[in-house]
Amino acid sequence: MKTKPNALKIAGRKSRAGLQNGHPVVPLRERRLNFGDKWDYAPAPEESKNYLIAPRHELFINGKFVKPQSGKHFPSINPATEEKLTEIAHGDAADVDKAVKAARRAYEKVWGKMPGRERGKYLYRIARIIQEKMRELAVLESMDGGKPIKETRDVDLPLVAAHFFYHAGWADKLNYAFPGRTPRPLGVAGQIIPWNFPLLMAAWKIAPALCCGNTVVIKPSKTTSLTLLRLAQIFQEAELPDGVVNVITGVGETGTAIVQHPDVNKIAFTGSTDVGKQLAQMVVGTGKRITLELGGKAANIIFEDAPIDQAIEGIIAGIYFNMGHVCCAGSRLLVQEGIFPTVVRKLRDRIQTLRLGNPLDKNTDIGAINNKPQLEKIRELVQSGADEGAEVVQSRCPLPARGYWYPPTFLTGVTASHRVAQEEIFGPVLSVMTFRTPEEAVERANNTPYGLSAGVWTDKGSKIFKIVSQLRAGVVWANTYNKFDPTSPFGGYKESGFGREGGLQGLAAYSRLD
Amino acid sequence: MSTRLDVKKTYKLYIGGKFPRSESGRYLAAKSAAGVHLDNFAHASRKDFRDAVTAARAAVNGWSKATAYNRGQILYRAAEMLQNRAGELVNEIARSTGIRAAAARREVTLAIDRLVHFAGWTDKYQQIFGSVNPVATSHFDFTTPEPTGVVVVLAPDEPSLLALVSLVAPVILSGNTAIVVSSEKFPLPAATFAEILATSDLPGGVVNLLTGKRAELIPHIASHLDVNAIVDGVDDAELSAKLQAGTAINLKRYARRSLAPADWFTVKVENPYWILDTVEFKTAWHPIGV
Repeated sequence: MKTKPNALKIAGRKSRAGLQNGHPVVPLRERRLNFGDKWDYAPAPEESKNYLIAPRHELFINGKFVKPQSGKHFPSINPATEEKLTEIAHGDAADVDKAVKAARRAYEKVWGKMPGRERGKYLYRIARIIQEKMRELAVLESMDGGKPIKETRDVDLPLVAAHFFYHAGWADKLNYAFPGRTPRPLGVAGQIIPWNFPLLMAAWKIAPALCCGNTVVIKPSKTTSLTLLRLAQIFQEAELPDGVVNVITGVGETGTAIVQHPDVNKIAFTGSTDVGKQLAQMVVGTGKRITLELGGKAANIIFEDAPIDQAIEGIIAGIYFNMGHVCCAGSRLLVQEGIFPTVVRKLRDRIQTLRLGNPLDKNTDIGAINNKPQLEKIRELVQSGADEGAEVVQSRCPLPARGYWYPPTFLTGVTASHRVAQEEIFGPVLSVMTFRTPEEAVERANNTPYGLSAGVWTDKGSKIFKIVSQLRAGVVWANTYNKFDPTSPFGGYKESGFGREGGLQGLAAYSRLD
Repeated sequence: MSTRLDVKKTYKLYIGGKFPRSESGRYLAAKSAAGVHLDNFAHASRKDFRDAVTAARAAVNGWSKATAYNRGQILYRAAEMLQNRAGELVNEIARSTGIRAAAARREVTLAIDRLVHFAGWTDKYQQIFGSVNPVATSHFDFTTPEPTGVVVVLAPDEPSLLALVSLVAPVILSGNTAIVVSSEKFPLPAATFAEILATSDLPGGVVNLLTGKRAELIPHIASHLDVNAIVDGVDDAELSAKLQAGTAINLKRYARRSLAPADWFTVKVENPYWILDTVEFKTAWHPIGV
């Protein structure tokens, strides 16, 4: 049975409209939200033509943009239009070697010896320049990755600047961070970041590494290299010493070359659990430190005593923010039975109001899926849900003709063994299950190999703290969702990875404490 | 040959984000170390001090509710402003104290770096000095530092800029507001620094600056009931005793920072424990249970 992507289906509900004065009357319980054309907004495109994208980008090694040894480049497209934006350098093992040598030289001669006070001032400079260029970076991020400008402008970029600000202040205060210890840098850090929050993940990696005195070789995802390369220009503007940060763009093998390079002291990876496990295997016996931030299948638990309307907003934000391309997305909704019909009805109505379209339009809620393989994976998993017996509910929103798009979707009647309950979909798709007791909710929530995040919705404070203490997840949001701050450590339990990023605890990943 | 006449600056107080003269109408003459008359400056009165406390109290709510991130950005902005106008401060310090320009530049450079240093503490000291407490009952129990409120800061005579910056920054970074009594011998660098604060997005009333005579103001500082704490950087045992005696009246917190002038130039002044002298620890409990 093939689900038509734009057909809205409600399982098992028949409308029983009567007549009053000749007009059909829909019983109160069955009324749907219908705003007619009152919610058609005029286009509100963010200005983008002033931001020029060079037709070709090179690698950033030792403070300069240099051609890749292979001379090869690959195209990078705008997933909302499928138009080519630029060409990105294909870095290989030889380029990685040059970069690591530059990072090692910078570490030994300049950065590793520099007093923390001065390192901090470089990071402050970078933070200030990012703040100045926030709009330009947000527009580029939206064009390169498909993310709505509302999110890049109001969430991603402010957090990017804040991460550099926060870590700038730690650089000369590390002696206070770990009682009884004098932290020292590790040396050269090799970092690999994903396509879902390109610049933010770069900030999460680079800022603490530099703050603790390390130098960096970093590789962005092949579909989202633009903003990190623009950040490299900001490093030049801030006069960051040559070699402190090096950017090697490329493909999967480029990342492997970084992980396997013998002169890298520390590996940091954010991405899929599968690749994370491969990298963990690669560093066995090498003495390299490693931290991994991997996938998730977070449970968002809504109790009967939750503030329902606020919870609905939180659930929506938890799974449809960034098109669900979020490792900590609330992708499993656990609803207490008594409020199940209400929650499903409200969710169904609410997804219909989400605007899908041009990521550069300021009204857009749902942008493009980042790349074609991901779109196909989403389709495949939703199909598996339908095949395994779940009901698929989707927004009727129109999809643009070009580009990669998937409408906000949820599945009801999901059981714990369904693929859509176990596998990370990484798209705007929510799997809805029910529970009766708090104990059952906790058991279901913990019943995956993952453990990155979770959400709890209830008005009762004591219940919040009890549930929080029982959830096997590294980040728990109570009566909120998807909140991030540079002061707040982030990371997972179990197969969602290990190590924390941000906050006091996040500094440990980039320091020697012995 | 026509010579050009300089336009001379009037040095005023800094209260509530504005630059008023003393309500008493009095002024003092600033002299260089060699006794040469430099400029006149406002001679703050008891009422000026009381007005400053009112302004500081009014500013506490807004400033303490600003995010730690925002307070850090503002302190960093003050560093940007001070860096940009470093030449002006170097000149003020050199002509007031008679020290060579290089030494004055060293003081100003350190003051800039000190602002940057303390800007970085705003969103970190809570993580180091606060705690979640493992109580033996089923409660979520946490302790967090909160600003004490209005703090009077007395700066020593020397170094007239660096000591003032080093005393004020750890006080206001946590959300307190301050009334600063400047160096008595060399007030002009402080008065100029107030202008730098005024253009750093610091809300009015967060820092208020009084120039004048310490001995005259101290009895009123000691006895004021709406002051929460005193940070005493004055290197004078008799004056300090008078200040401390007054704290008992409403249990003002009192911290003495008696340093030799050269000590202000050392890194031991970058001390996060100075932040703790003007915070209160709040502990809160909530049951854990279904």
